[in-house]
Amino acid sequence: MSARLPSGGSIIDRETLVSFTFNGKTFKGYKGDTLASALLANGQTLVGRSFKYHRPRGIMASGVEEPNALVNMGQGSRFEPNQRATTTEVFDGLTATSQNHWPSLEFDIGAINNKVPGLLPAGFYYKTFMKPQWAWKHLFEPLIRKSAGLGNAPREADADRYEYFYVYVDVLIVGGGMAGLAAAHEAGASGAKVLLMEQTANLGGRLAVDEAVINGKPSADWIAQIIADLEAMKNVTIRTRMMGSGVFDHGYAMGYERITDHAPNDTAPRHRLWRIRAKRIVTATGALERPLSFAGNDIPGVMLASAVRDYASLFGVSAGERIVVVTNNDDAYRTAITMKNAGLEVPVILDARAQANGPLPTEARALGIRVEVGKAIASVKGYKSVTAVEICSQAGEGTPLETIPCDVVAMSGGWSPVVHLWSHCGGKLNWDEGNAMFSPDPTRPPLGADGTGFVLTAGTASGDLCTAPALQNALNAGRQAATEAGFSPVESAAPVVVASAEDPMMPVWSMPQNAPYKLRSKSWLDFQNDVKVSDVRLAAQEGYESVEHTKRYTTLGMATDQGKLSNINGLAILADALNAPIPNVGTTTFRPPYTPISLGSIAGEARGALFKPTRKSPIDAWQDANNAIWEPVADWRRPYTYRRNGETTAQAVTREIINTRTGVSILDASTLGKILVKGPDAAKFLDLVYTNMMSTLKIGKCRYGLMCTENGFLFDDGVVARLSEDEFLCHTTSGGSDHVYAWMEEWLQTEWWDFQVYTTNVTEQFAQIAIVGPNARKVLEKLGGMDVSSEALPFMGFSDGELAGIQARPFRISFSGELSFEIAIPAAQGQAFWDRVLEAGEAFGIMPYGTEALHVMRAEKGFIMIGDETDGTVIPQDLKLGWAVSKKKADFIGKRAMEREFLQREDRKQLVGLLTENPTDILPDGAHAVEGGKNRYGQENMIGHVTSTYFSPTLNHSIAMALIKGGNKRMGEVLTFPLGDKVIKATVVDPVFYDKAGERQNV
Amino acid sequence: MLMLKCPNCGVTAEETEFVPGGEAHLTRYTSGSDSQAFSDYLFARKNPRGVHFERWRHAFGCGKWFHAARCTATLEVFGTYTAQTSAPPDDILKAIKAKRPEWEGFK
Repeated sequence: MSARLPSGGSIIDRETLVSFTFNGKTFKGYKGDTLASALLANGQTLVGRSFKYHRPRGIMASGVEEPNALVNMGQGSRFEPNQRATTTEVFDGLTATSQNHWPSLEFDIGAINNKVPGLLPAGFYYKTFMKPQWAWKHLFEPLIRKSAGLGNAPREADADRYEYFYVYVDVLIVGGGMAGLAAAHEAGASGAKVLLMEQTANLGGRLAVDEAVINGKPSADWIAQIIADLEAMKNVTIRTRMMGSGVFDHGYAMGYERITDHAPNDTAPRHRLWRIRAKRIVTATGALERPLSFAGNDIPGVMLASAVRDYASLFGVSAGERIVVVTNNDDAYRTAITMKNAGLEVPVILDARAQANGPLPTEARALGIRVEVGKAIASVKGYKSVTAVEICSQAGEGTPLETIPCDVVAMSGGWSPVVHLWSHCGGKLNWDEGNAMFSPDPTRPPLGADGTGFVLTAGTASGDLCTAPALQNALNAGRQAATEAGFSPVESAAPVVVASAEDPMMPVWSMPQNAPYKLRSKSWLDFQNDVKVSDVRLAAQEGYESVEHTKRYTTLGMATDQGKLSNINGLAILADALNAPIPNVGTTTFRPPYTPISLGSIAGEARGALFKPTRKSPIDAWQDANNAIWEPVADWRRPYTYRRNGETTAQAVTREIINTRTGVSILDASTLGKILVKGPDAAKFLDLVYTNMMSTLKIGKCRYGLMCTENGFLFDDGVVARLSEDEFLCHTTSGGSDHVYAWMEEWLQTEWWDFQVYTTNVTEQFAQIAIVGPNARKVLEKLGGMDVSSEALPFMGFSDGELAGIQARPFRISFSGELSFEIAIPAAQGQAFWDRVLEAGEAFGIMPYGTEALHVMRAEKGFIMIGDETDGTVIPQDLKLGWAVSKKKADFIGKRAMEREFLQREDRKQLVGLLTENPTDILPDGAHAVEGGKNRYGQENMIGHVTSTYFSPTLNHSIAMALIKGGNKRMGEVLTFPLGDKVIKATVVDPVFYDKAGERQNV
Repeated sequence: MLMLKCPNCGVTAEETEFVPGGEAHLTRYTSGSDSQAFSDYLFARKNPRGVHFERWRHAFGCGKWFHAARCTATLEVFGTYTAQTSAPPDDILKAIKAKRPEWEGFK
């Protein structure tokens, strides 16, 4: 049984007890413990169930590579699933529960999957659940949905706060172990701005566990000294609890800092995402130990050898009482030595190699530990915990030679450098035959903007697994990074390192070498996704030769640990099954993030109101205080209508329309885009941008204009006013101003750069207030100021002056068909003018109206709306707007496209008006008209669809506009709109439903 | 995420400050032009693995368009230059040739 040792534990504080719960049971731990070490200290070795087979699982590792110990953390608005116990620091009040089991961790019904052999083999989802067909919907899918996924989704909004940091450094160092510290020291001493990040709470990395003597000092002293040196450098920043999440193009890197995960009462943001630009990035990310593939290697108690000694050295925790070590290298002997020295039993070291005579094996033997060479594990006994191992010859097929009782198996299959960050942006790898691992190829690094490599590796991440060469490599990397970032580092003396030498390891991909199916089918590769040696062999047998395909077919390495333990072993098995060399099979792609990061950190502060700021007109506050029912219009919010006492929304809209048609109303049209175009070539330019002729527009006059893309499709419309010979004000749609402005600039800068034209977007410089209705002029006259008579200010004219003492520019333009003055007011005086109009209009019953009344009134007049009647495939001619397309101009944007045969066909979808047979039937938006016969899919032949549809209170009749095939020739036809259980019939009419002659606006 | 230097304002900035505008140096075909030439102008874009000329706009900076010569395979940027030209300038061509001697030149 695992327990706390009476002494030891370099990073725990035995003076500070913390209390936490796991599955409702209260446990004690020490400050500095991870959840994993604290659970082990309390004898809790069973921590979860596996994904597919629901097998009992225990803690296997001591860091980010842990595949099994994933827990639900916290509660309510701070609930988060899949948190790694090995990287979660305990704190007082922590609550965690285990995942993926029902009804309980100890007794899990799902484990029946484990008892039915062959139920869930590789690619089972391609092979099963096929028949009978009905069963998918009613049986398989509900079951799969219930069983899929680890952990539970949070149900409440996240109560925590997150933020971004942006930093620019000369040298970024990822990893705070020996190599990272050494590289930071060299780069820092050169004067370069250095940021060093370490994912755990402690600096020192493996050197804190696997001690050595550096420059005459014990490693602990060396670490303390170098940290002190770095802290004294003002140009060096060290951050712990911050993971190097990803490396991206041109020296961009992301750091994921966990600020309050271990201190939930802190008011700081929970996580911080660092967005870093570095001239050079040094990955000092160390190496991860590989498991060995033997039968029963997933039973709780089977652990990585390095993790077993980490728990003893760092946390003072023994993973068990009788520890069998199984290895193919010298490093794992350190575990045997550590545990033996801690007073625990190490009954045997099983070394797959034919001999083991290096300093570490010699030391182990001297301690009285039995060492068996050429031996392997045939199988591990036990279910919820290890009870014994059966040993066999590595060379054979697993015939048991002896059963050795134990409660922990410490395994080591060698080490793999952490090459993730090196590889994220294209760094290439070499296969190191001697160490059976992929290591970075320094001649093929990720390339920066200047074509030179911008990532370097340091220490074991470079592939130097032993302390002395790793340290030298790191010092070199730190200096090289500084040099390449433009600094002049000083070469320091080569370090003197005293550490145990190690004999070569021996690749062991299958244990024993010729393990039969019975053993292979109990030998796990991916512990989290339950992928076994037999699954990868099956995939190879079924023709999956590419490692990327095998990965997806078997799900090897696709779990939340992204195959940190399983990938190399899995591809070695695949290579063996394919009879191909490992480097030819290659690795799967390494993608960021290195370990999962919170969605909150990615969102940062962009939540709620800050997710996408709302644009507001100068009249916004008044509208909000006067019952505006808001609707989003592009980035703006606009009042849909203003409800008065007891009205429904529909009643309010009707009131606003009738008031406008019979009296006078006021509209906030400030969101309308306004672009000033000025210069000697302004008229020539607008002739190219608009389909109409703008150069003939007289000063003081307005003209409705259309803009098309080069494809000939209509994308924006609006009224252009000529302010002077060389200055035009172009109105755009509310949603289109930024785009139209950018569009104009694009053409001016990239095609007609010889034109002398300036443009500027003045949308927010003016409030635009429309006074609309038969009594509109009376209100203006009451405001007093400029002459607003039809002689001085005729329809489609504008003039500058003052109204109510405020600078005003009324345009006689109308989107409702009524007498209308759209008045531009300097934005700062918009609200004042609005107030004056309401005062002056009170006697005439003035009231504000919203966008819905505006829409209904424009539809009554047959005016199109960009985005309703247009969808990116509609040309002006389709909308009966051919009159606004100049035939005289030699060129305009879209002219060539309109010469295409397809755009001239008479059976294009064309705009029509529709009157329903029953005046109160309102066609749904988008309803399709059908016309006899069936298409090749057996569906009704569709001939077009409704684009705008309303009930018109003015006409007391439902009205609609539609785009109908050959609509121009269908006047008077009755169209059929099938709508599920009913059919609406409507007659094709002129889309101008009201005041066809346009007399009401021209008074 | 690329770093680009805006040749107009001289600022070297993050890709998020810029908006890409596709292939550079297109010839516009207008009224009366050949149908295939017009179709190619609208739709046919180069997609080379290697040297490429692109349009970018410093949208969240000075607002100006410019051109970038870039390697699509390695993301190396050979240089950025004015948008007011119909072909890459000589210094850009020289810079590319120095880095990619096998490059066939601007077509």
